[in-house]
Amino acid sequence: MYRYDSYDQSIVDARVEEFRDQVQRRLTGALTEDQFKPLRLMNGLYLQLHAYMLRVAIPYGTLSGKQMRKLGEIAAKYDRGYGHFTTRQNLQYNWIKLADAPDILAELATVEMHAIQTSGNCIRNISSDQYAGVSADEVADPRPWAELLRQWSSFHPEFTYLPRKFKICVIASDDDRAAMKLHDIGLKLVSKDGVIGAEVYAGGGMGRTPMVAPLIRDFVPEEEIVSYLEACLRVYNRHGRRDNKYKARIKILVHEIGVEEYKRQVEEEFAHMRTLGLNPPVEELNRIRAFFAPPAYETGLSDAMDRSDPAFALWVDRQVAAHKAPGYAIVNISLKPLTGIPGDASAEQIELVATLAERYSLDELRVTHAQNLVLPHVRKVDLYAIWRELEEAGLAEANLDLITDIIACPGLDYCALANARSIPLAQKIAHRFAAAERQAELGELKLKISGCINACGHHHAGHIGILGVDRKGVENFQLSLGGSGAEDASLGQITGPGFSEDGVVDAIEKVTDLYLAQRESGERFLDTYRRLGMKPFKEAIYG
Amino acid sequence: MVEFLSFRNGEATQEPAVTVEAFTGQTNSTAVRIEAGEDARELLPHLDRLSLVEVNFPAYGDGRGYSAARILRESGYQGELRAVGDVLVDQIVALRRCGFDSFHPAKPLDDAAVDRALNRYADVYQKAIDGRIPVWAKRHPETTNG
Repeated sequence: MYRYDSYDQSIVDARVEEFRDQVQRRLTGALTEDQFKPLRLMNGLYLQLHAYMLRVAIPYGTLSGKQMRKLGEIAAKYDRGYGHFTTRQNLQYNWIKLADAPDILAELATVEMHAIQTSGNCIRNISSDQYAGVSADEVADPRPWAELLRQWSSFHPEFTYLPRKFKICVIASDDDRAAMKLHDIGLKLVSKDGVIGAEVYAGGGMGRTPMVAPLIRDFVPEEEIVSYLEACLRVYNRHGRRDNKYKARIKILVHEIGVEEYKRQVEEEFAHMRTLGLNPPVEELNRIRAFFAPPAYETGLSDAMDRSDPAFALWVDRQVAAHKAPGYAIVNISLKPLTGIPGDASAEQIELVATLAERYSLDELRVTHAQNLVLPHVRKVDLYAIWRELEEAGLAEANLDLITDIIACPGLDYCALANARSIPLAQKIAHRFAAAERQAELGELKLKISGCINACGHHHAGHIGILGVDRKGVENFQLSLGGSGAEDASLGQITGPGFSEDGVVDAIEKVTDLYLAQRESGERFLDTYRRLGMKPFKEAIYG
Repeated sequence: MVEFLSFRNGEATQEPAVTVEAFTGQTNSTAVRIEAGEDARELLPHLDRLSLVEVNFPAYGDGRGYSAARILRESGYQGELRAVGDVLVDQIVALRRCGFDSFHPAKPLDDAAVDRALNRYADVYQKAIDGRIPVWAKRHPETTNG
């Protein structure tokens, strides 16, 4: 894992002091809320329905046991004992007092964490693959690139007041576990003639105009990635729309001028940028890479495990993924218990996972965009012990990628932007499909719920997606089918008129029943939908 | 409180700045004002006769002026580069980094707050216009000399 040096630490410490000063000016009335707003937003502090919400960055979703433990301590000390893991691999606290915010940031800084640029119209936390470094199919570990870009984007002097927020994702596998093509810029590391570089995709996103990002360059060598991204961002900063915040994301620019014209402008700017000495030397990426060198795995470990406990065997089959090192496994921890809030973890659960990471996973864990956690380096011989501890803590749900592994935004229960409540709906759906056999029968089925058009719950990318809207003061839910955030990225299509909360649960049951009746061998729900098209599903729902 | 802030040696340029359109159409003016959305590259053929470029920020959140400033400096402009309009103390550091060397904000700035802001961060992560050495170069002095 990356560790701060004195430069990184001094920058984060300076930020804490700067924010302390800003909060002080607000508390004494020297700053009005209007003047304070842009300052707090640069530091991930939102004023929500009931309290301040603080969003903490978890760069590329990787953290140590010590960092995780600190997140749990903060939840216990400053929040109501919970943290909420988000679709951008971050963590949000929903019950923060303004006067406490500087102290929280100071505590985070002691474990090399921060909330820099977790909101505002700037480059946000860089996201990545939760299996980075441990999956057998990656070209290289994408996290050194993500860390290089974290540093490059932090307090970038030119790109801090962009037309709108800007999200970058870096992956390195053909299997896209991070919804790379639904980012403002997605990088996929590839190898060309033995040299590592990046394919660059630009202009993806969700929100009210969802788009899958087109490829804009098939190879940028690693030593030029910073100057290439400066070119992409400069074209966007100069020409992105500023007259309408709903049309201000880069996807609209790329769509309006066309991908060829955007590419042309970027190439022209890049030809200029690459002469300016903006790129860190390759030694810097190598310095960062050394932190992500594979840990010292034990050799000679057995791959065998005792599967005599059927509940354990079920959990292993669902939650455990293949690791590149013999004798090791990747453990997915579900944050989707049937009666819980998707992505929420209590302070005690956070503390437990920190301990498990230290004891069983070489002191490392990951956060996924599907709002789950991962222990990336687990010896197979330890799986049973881990499962027992997770079960005790209510964290042993075996539903990875199943219909109850629901992505949901906080919705109207917390969020000032929401039109509808996402959490109670997620719980109703989980309740309806609770039976383990039924979930297993349905197989991979990614269900995603957003409480408003901003699409924080990624509904466009759901095999089944639900969007909450407000219709004359009544919550109404639109259903869409056929979306995907994976390597086969696609956007869901709306089925037709919306439903009440109970009505949408019934409609989901109708489409899943149709899938079970119509599927061909080996087909997931998404595959059957793609083969049959919307018509029969529509008939099943409304007919 | 300060109404005008300059980091240049000598007197600030007093000549009133004309619009880009007026500037490119007449040969004797030496000061120009760029509005957000205007293309700074239109000035590049005329840099040698310019002594002042004002860049207007209609709202602090409109960041186009940062790119305009960098483009001018990257192309060798040495004259005064002045940020005007909705310029707040919290933007001064980034504006300085992009090449602005004078400021005429719509609302006066608290000089103590400006000083604090300018001295807050000992290190920066990017190479920009202000000549500050980025952290990556300090980490690798042997490969990034000059």
